[in-house]
Amino acid sequence: MTMHFPRESAKVHPPSLFPFYVSTVKRAPKRPLIILPHTETELTGPAYGHEVVQPGDSDLTTQHEAAPLGQRIIVAGRVLDEDGRPVPNTLIEIWQANAAGRYVHINDQHDAPLDPNFSGAGRVVTDDEGRYRFITIRPGAYSWQNHENAWRPAHIHFSLFGPSFLSRIVTQMYFPDDPLFDYDPMFTSVEPSARKRMVSHFSLEHTIPEWGLAFEWDIVLRGTNATPTEQ
Amino acid sequence: MPGITPSQTVGPFYAYCLTPTKYKLHEIFTNDLVVPGIEGEKIRIEGRVLDGDNVGLPDAMVEIWQADAKGGFAHAQGHKGANTGFKGFGRVEPDNEGKYHFVTIKPGRVKTPDGKLQAPHIDVAVFARGMLKHLVTRIYFGDEASNKDDPVLQLVPADRRDTLIAKPQGNGGDKVYRFDIRIQEGPKGPRETQFFEA
Ligand SMILES: [Fe+3]
Repeated sequence: MTMHFPRESAKVHPPSLFPFYVSTVKRAPKRPLIILPHTETELTGPAYGHEVVQPGDSDLTTQHEAAPLGQRIIVAGRVLDEDGRPVPNTLIEIWQANAAGRYVHINDQHDAPLDPNFSGAGRVVTDDEGRYRFITIRPGAYSWQNHENAWRPAHIHFSLFGPSFLSRIVTQMYFPDDPLFDYDPMFTSVEPSARKRMVSHFSLEHTIPEWGLAFEWDIVLRGTNATPTEQ
Repeated sequence: MPGITPSQTVGPFYAYCLTPTKYKLHEIFTNDLVVPGIEGEKIRIEGRVLDGDNVGLPDAMVEIWQADAKGGFAHAQGHKGANTGFKGFGRVEPDNEGKYHFVTIKPGRVKTPDGKLQAPHIDVAVFARGMLKHLVTRIYFGDEASNKDDPVLQLVPADRRDTLIAKPQGNGGDKVYRFDIRIQEGPKGPRETQFFEA
């Protein structure tokens, strides 16, 4: 099985320099990037499967003595490649703020309470059909220092490997119809037509009666089996 | 065809999930790739991650991906990693001054798709708050004669190649290489690392 990684697809990623997100100004290269040929180093990638995940890693609501505060939700979906084929057995790592909008991190100074029953970190490996499922609580919005009265839309951070070094991605999942989208430099750093790819949708199908709402989000990684066209 | 999911920044608060040593949470990835019984020359790569003001990034994350000593990858099916247990992948959270290090083995040579041998190299992905997508670069080794024939280094302007070369440091014990990652060059600071469009 040989995979092909079209460069065109990666153009959907935001630019390194996006001055509305102030921290990008000193953290974006000024020199032009050089096109890296895809050799075996790039076409392979770390293989981590079920052996690294511990039981309970995908349920962020049962990692402590009691249930965390906030609204319990299910976050589920599939990991796919650009041909729409499932990406099985790939590690997903997530982290998020608690229901009050506060991270466990020692540098998070946001004036909101920590929840002793919520760490906010989870892991899962996709199944044979590329499916994943987390149980967590809905994260709160939080304020940050980027500009006057800046608030991040509620989001969950996702990190995925996929089949190669080229499919590696760190991204964020958002919740439908968040009023903060238009004011957020990270969300708006992506071209308008592709922003919806970062937004989950409410799923009545996955929602569990008398228990919790579900949000569905499919993640599409770089990579296709299509016959490579010579450039 | 569905388009791919766009990248978003790793943000400042990734550590308790991705590099949770100091949070006493379950840690999968570390900056030490060496496993018992591994073949190859043990090395240490150390340096700093620096921004456009030449200030160390305390909230970056560096990942590496490399071949084993024979040039094989510990990839999933279809590839044969030569060293049992060698994963070839490392991840580190730099300290408050942006200092990081990896302990690993020197990789072997890997062919290009058209059969040319590359010089030993390590692929690097740099993530940080303030970076909407990760940057990709490569580490080469300053004491490698094969650098002069490397097909990727030849794509880099001659006067910028040294930004990709880890400098051997004189000391006893394991070999130490210095590799600073400069995200952006400042008005009078040192030159920025050459990054690649992968
Ligand atoms: Fe966040």
